[in-house]
Amino acid sequence: LGLALYTGSLCAVNSAAFLYHDYCIIGAGPSGLQAAYFLQQAGRDYLVFERSHAPGSFFALYPRHRKLISINKRYTGKSNSEFNLRHDWNSLLSHDRRLLFRRYSRDFFPNADTMVRYLEDFASLLKLRVQYNTAIIHVTLETDEQAWNGHYFLLTDQDRQNYKCSSLLVATGTWVPNVVNFPGSEYVEGYETVSINPEDFAGQTVLILGRGNSAFETAENILGVTNFIHMVSRSRVRLSWATHYVGDLRAINNGLLDTYQLKSLDGLLEGDLEDLAIIKDKKGKLHITLRFYLENRNTSASIDSITLPQDELDNFATRAPYDRVIRCLGWKFDFSIYNRSLRMMPGKGNKKKYPQIKPSYESRGTRGLFVLGTASHSVDFRKSAGGFIHGFRYTTRAVHRLLENRHHGVPWPSTVYPITQLTNSIIKRVNEASGLYQMFSVLADIILLRENATAFEYLEEYPVGVLAELETQTGRKAPNGLFVVIMEYGRNFSGADKDVFYYNRAVGEAQHAWQSNFLHPVIYYYRRLPTEREMKLRPPDWPLPRPDAIHHIVEDFLTDWTAPNAHILPLRRFLENCLSTDLRNFFAESCFLFAFTHQKLPPFCRQGYMRMQGLVGSEGLRRRAVEAGLLEDYALTDFLGDRPPDSPEGSQDQLLRDHVIPVRPLQHLVNAKDE
Amino acid sequence: MSAQKNKWISSFSFLLFWVSSIPTRGSVGLLQELNPQEYFRSLQPGRASLAYFSHHVSPGGQPFLEQIENSAEALQDYGISVVKVNCPKEDISRYCGKDNALRKAYLFRGNMLIREFPTDALFDVNSIVANVLFALLFNEVKYVETLTDLQNIENALKGRSNMVFAYVPATGTAEHRAVMEAAFVYGTVHQFVLTTEATLLKDTGNDEPDVSSAQLLFCHCQQATDLAQPCRRTAMGQALTMLNIHRHLKLMAAPLVTEVAEDPEKVSTVHLQLGLPLVFILSQKETYEADRRTAEFVAWQLLGKAGVALLSRDHVDLNVLLRSNVALKTPDEGVPIKYLVLEDTDEILTLVEDKSKVEQIQEDEEEEEEEEDEGEKENNNQDIQDDQVVEAVSRDKKRELPLEQILVLTEETFHSALLETARTVVLFYASWEAVSLAVLRSYTEVADQLKGTQGVLLSRVNCWDWPGVCTKENVTQFPTIKIYEKGERSVIYNGMWGTEELTTFIMLSRVSCPLKLATIDEAEGYLRGEFPSELSSYHHASVLGVFSTATSEAREAFEEAGDILSGHVTMGMYFEDDALALSRKYAVSPPALLLARSGAQSVESISLSKQSAQDMVQMITYELLDIFPEITVQNLPHYWQLRKPFLILFSDGDIGQMESTEMLKLAKGRSQQAFVACWLNLKKTPVGRGILKAYFATVPSLPLLVWVNLHAGGQVFRFPSEQPITEMNILSWLEKLKAGLEIPSSTLSEEDWKPPLPAYDFLQMMETAVPGLPLHTSHHHGDMLEQHPPKSPGEDKATQVDPSQETKAEKVGSPGRDLRGTAPRLAAREKQGKRHSEL
Repeated sequence: LGLALYTGSLCAVNSAAFLYHDYCIIGAGPSGLQAAYFLQQAGRDYLVFERSHAPGSFFALYPRHRKLISINKRYTGKSNSEFNLRHDWNSLLSHDRRLLFRRYSRDFFPNADTMVRYLEDFASLLKLRVQYNTAIIHVTLETDEQAWNGHYFLLTDQDRQNYKCSSLLVATGTWVPNVVNFPGSEYVEGYETVSINPEDFAGQTVLILGRGNSAFETAENILGVTNFIHMVSRSRVRLSWATHYVGDLRAINNGLLDTYQLKSLDGLLEGDLEDLAIIKDKKGKLHITLRFYLENRNTSASIDSITLPQDELDNFATRAPYDRVIRCLGWKFDFSIYNRSLRMMPGKGNKKKYPQIKPSYESRGTRGLFVLGTASHSVDFRKSAGGFIHGFRYTTRAVHRLLENRHHGVPWPSTVYPITQLTNSIIKRVNEASGLYQMFSVLADIILLRENATAFEYLEEYPVGVLAELETQTGRKAPNGLFVVIMEYGRNFSGADKDVFYYNRAVGEAQHAWQSNFLHPVIYYYRRLPTEREMKLRPPDWPLPRPDAIHHIVEDFLTDWTAPNAHILPLRRFLENCLSTDLRNFFAESCFLFAFTHQKLPPFCRQGYMRMQGLVGSEGLRRRAVEAGLLEDYALTDFLGDRPPDSPEGSQDQLLRDHVIPVRPLQHLVNAKDE
Repeated sequence: MSAQKNKWISSFSFLLFWVSSIPTRGSVGLLQELNPQEYFRSLQPGRASLAYFSHHVSPGGQPFLEQIENSAEALQDYGISVVKVNCPKEDISRYCGKDNALRKAYLFRGNMLIREFPTDALFDVNSIVANVLFALLFNEVKYVETLTDLQNIENALKGRSNMVFAYVPATGTAEHRAVMEAAFVYGTVHQFVLTTEATLLKDTGNDEPDVSSAQLLFCHCQQATDLAQPCRRTAMGQALTMLNIHRHLKLMAAPLVTEVAEDPEKVSTVHLQLGLPLVFILSQKETYEADRRTAEFVAWQLLGKAGVALLSRDHVDLNVLLRSNVALKTPDEGVPIKYLVLEDTDEILTLVEDKSKVEQIQEDEEEEEEEEDEGEKENNNQDIQDDQVVEAVSRDKKRELPLEQILVLTEETFHSALLETARTVVLFYASWEAVSLAVLRSYTEVADQLKGTQGVLLSRVNCWDWPGVCTKENVTQFPTIKIYEKGERSVIYNGMWGTEELTTFIMLSRVSCPLKLATIDEAEGYLRGEFPSELSSYHHASVLGVFSTATSEAREAFEEAGDILSGHVTMGMYFEDDALALSRKYAVSPPALLLARSGAQSVESISLSKQSAQDMVQMITYELLDIFPEITVQNLPHYWQLRKPFLILFSDGDIGQMESTEMLKLAKGRSQQAFVACWLNLKKTPVGRGILKAYFATVPSLPLLVWVNLHAGGQVFRFPSEQPITEMNILSWLEKLKAGLEIPSSTLSEEDWKPPLPAYDFLQMMETAVPGLPLHTSHHHGDMLEQHPPKSPGEDKATQVDPSQETKAEKVGSPGRDLRGTAPRLAAREKQGKRHSEL
């Protein structure tokens, strides 16, 4: 850091034109502010650039109809603040309990203005350093071996002011509207500017291009006053409750589906927008035709001479003329401000609206440039929540932790526990952790085993895509194997054309847990860290390569995985078998017996009782254990004499014997096969 | 398949191969029905078949026909097909034409008739198999009637190969069949000789042979050099069954004495695999030759009953008495090796024979048990809770806890609550975690005991509801108890999770530690345990630091130590001007410690040299240990940490005056440093019975003095009960122990704590259910299941494997294994065989 400051100040002297900061953040939206918060907490030198006069300028305009579709669940029946974040999709992460979104709005689907107000408060209450009215219009690199990443980032704003940064965090979101060019596209109104007053659509026939939430939101708004609405898009409609992806069509917006499927009033059509053409007749009505017809016609011909599809096919679906055509095709990342040397490349296929980044959120083209927020969604597009506040607030934290380790030698935060706490720490996290839950299959908790499995180190919410680089990215060592705790949906459950309501969709029995469909915890065990090659060759749809062992905690209707027999017991058996040890708890009395009858003690006795932290247990409780046949009451033998060995509660002996019982796991597998 | 069958294969593995493949083919249609033309056309050279001819239904042949049908499967194992030939009515050829031909069965090899059997020689499956094999194995099994014949064969074999001599009272019996079946497998290795003449048996050294039962002798002719002497013989002790013969021959083939130069725990021989004990003769370089001779002698005596190995002490670092000369390893998993000091080879024989008797009984019992357990074993009990704490808490779930004395704290109320009372005890727990809930139950009892105590507030925080507070208070595991002092600091409770211990801790930590005493009277009262009065009812020891005004360094260290020991020990200090008066009374010069144990009259004094606070903590903790404590569940860890052997006097109730005095003398004596002398009151610590049972199988008569090497070797020695417990006797006994002159009564298991049961193997299930699942892409697929599920100790015990499971494994098509698996498989086969013959 000293060096960084030194070089920083040096730069300030040498080239007075540059204002230097270790970290520059472009954009004071949710992810920019979230990143600023973590940098501020860590005491880092940073600055946020915001082109508007206030944070969250995107939310000041969008969504046009002002209703956020991220839920603001104020009541969950639980007071656990971490758990409650699972159902709070709007708050950013901070230590300040005033900055919880439920304090800002009572609406389940809050107004976008509230979000703007919230972001303003977030920036001001936490005193985040944001430079407003500064639009970064160009970013380039200056090679310098002294720099953290071998180069500095040079930023230029609209007033030709220059800034120099060691690390660049791009939090600009995706704000450039997607436009399709076809003959007649000049007649199309954009979502950005279309009227939101339903009265303006009274008695009109409307065609909407696009099939995302903005398209349906627009339709929903005017559904009651139009003649009818048609929607055209290349892809089929994807319902978010079927795909488990929050970016797909949310039920709150799908009123049009209702009228379409019930009475054929409104409708959906599939087709490639590139093939379209729109022509305007003399009355100002808009007709749909195909680009193909236009290309064939004589350029001088009048509008009337243009062939319409219905001329050849008189039941052509969109033969009725429209009064308006509205484009609601979503947004893309602004690639324009980056110099070619930064190699900010668009992604492939349906990810072309996002810049290419690694699973560590670092740009593929430039070291030291990290993409945060919505623009970073290529990592988990159409899978998890990384493109939304309730997802990227965690990935932003993960990026910050990576940076702390890389530039400041602060390793990934971790806690070391004795091995007896292994089952507990997993159960605690899968029940309350919100990052694991929101960023399912993307962020995972990592448990690094210490030598001889007597202790372990717990790392929270690490980006699982860079598991192979764990040691360099976190500054923690993993020589003795590791567990990865992650949440997953059933592999074949979600999908655009899947029936997610079929009978017996829920698995109830722990032994069939691997077939669980709903979001449930999965624990992978690796005896050594997977290599990058193994990560690359992992099966499709698997977040991780084949583990040495895997455990699914059976899905739960209440997402409460604390049942002693259905959830905790199978987990314990799994952990025991991975570590080849006995993780049961014992009363002090049992430990006492073991101490005199065994040369070795189970971990619970070794780490508890023998360190004078034995579980004496109340009399009533010990009696329960005796009832269960898991503890022998030796006091009883005073009266009964020696009990016959086959008495039903042969118990402590039973317990001792349990331990040496010849278990035949292979035979179990054979039996399973037979079934 | 048939090509192989044409050859006489005696290799055992092929037999197994057949056996394992039989069940898949099923038993239907093993008996072929052909007409004569078809039959004779089907005969192949070298291939044997048993045929009988019939004119459709002839009622008289019915029972005979059934037996033939039943034997078809057994004969198929040996490559012999069984055919029923249906003669057309008009046929008058050789086999169909004659009337009496219909009452015979014919054995062909190729189209050559080997033997005709009258139907009365084929009365059941045993007789059919025995007689058919007998006919076919004409060269492999010599039938003798006279002693001369036997001797001639024996002499011819000397130096060449061994002989298996069997006597059966009659041919066509189950024993005869077993011998023939063994000959089928081993016929090319050993010369088989069979007789039905009891007189031949008499000459084999057995004076009064039991001629009614079959016998088998293995004659070691291969090594015999002296033509005049008969070959050495080893009789098989068990009944003549295929399995026993196989086992016997296997044992005879094993080396007489195995030389071993590794940890005996790791040694495994044929004997152990076949469920027999292994005797180690411990040898040294100096005595090697003699030991070798002894071993060979013993080995001959034990041949067929136990294995003998010669263990070189020079190569293996054995942690046993130097005097030990013999070790016994039993085939049971988990039973430690017994090291013994024996004087006579006869003792070894007795030992082994007794052992096998006991085992026989145990096996019978086990079998019964296993049958009972079988149902349970099917589902493996994986889903049954075997954690005593979790299960106890779940069973207690519905009982409402009296929690009204304990304040519930939340994120909002936490900090304000701490300011209200002088001392706030906070239990941080998780409402789903069993150990937390167990502690919560004790905590309610503490609350009950402390009800009305001024200045102490008992409270709890459920970290499942309020994770923020718990994180902030640095609570990383459940449960945690912290005691907050108003506005100042907090102490983490680090003692036992018991009502009594926690109550005492809370009460003791109310008084500042160390407590500044103002007057000599207070100091005296403090040593008597009367001051401060609020602690007088709590059992504790008091430490009083006496300091002169000059010794501030030691005083500071003492104060620091007090900080650490607060709640566990009461510490006072006196540094007024008249401290000298106090120090004179107890004959110490300041800085010094005065130590008053609870219940004891005397005050001990220790002078302090320069010490850090840590040293002082250690010193005080050590000094507070009793010299001859009653060991309890609560205090064991304190003494355990000394890592010394324990000399424990087990007593049912209080110990007698005499024992107490003698033991105290012993404990105070010079040997005090070497071990922990203590006693255990079975009335107060009933689990002591469990210890005794583990050591001696039953609870022996008490009082009983036991020496346990808890930390080194785990041997348990029992003080001879006929000797009175006196210091002298014990000391001389201990000398003997040290010199290695005593034999341990038992040895503590050295086993690791492995997972009690396997986990669900979801990887395997995924692969089975979705074979197309691209799980194999990862290249190290093979080694993964090696560890998961883990290999458990009992797995290797081939002899205990339930036969039915084994056959199941065969069905699935398990790959060839080593010979360990053969015995149970044969057993399984035999069981099946029995069932067939019973039909």
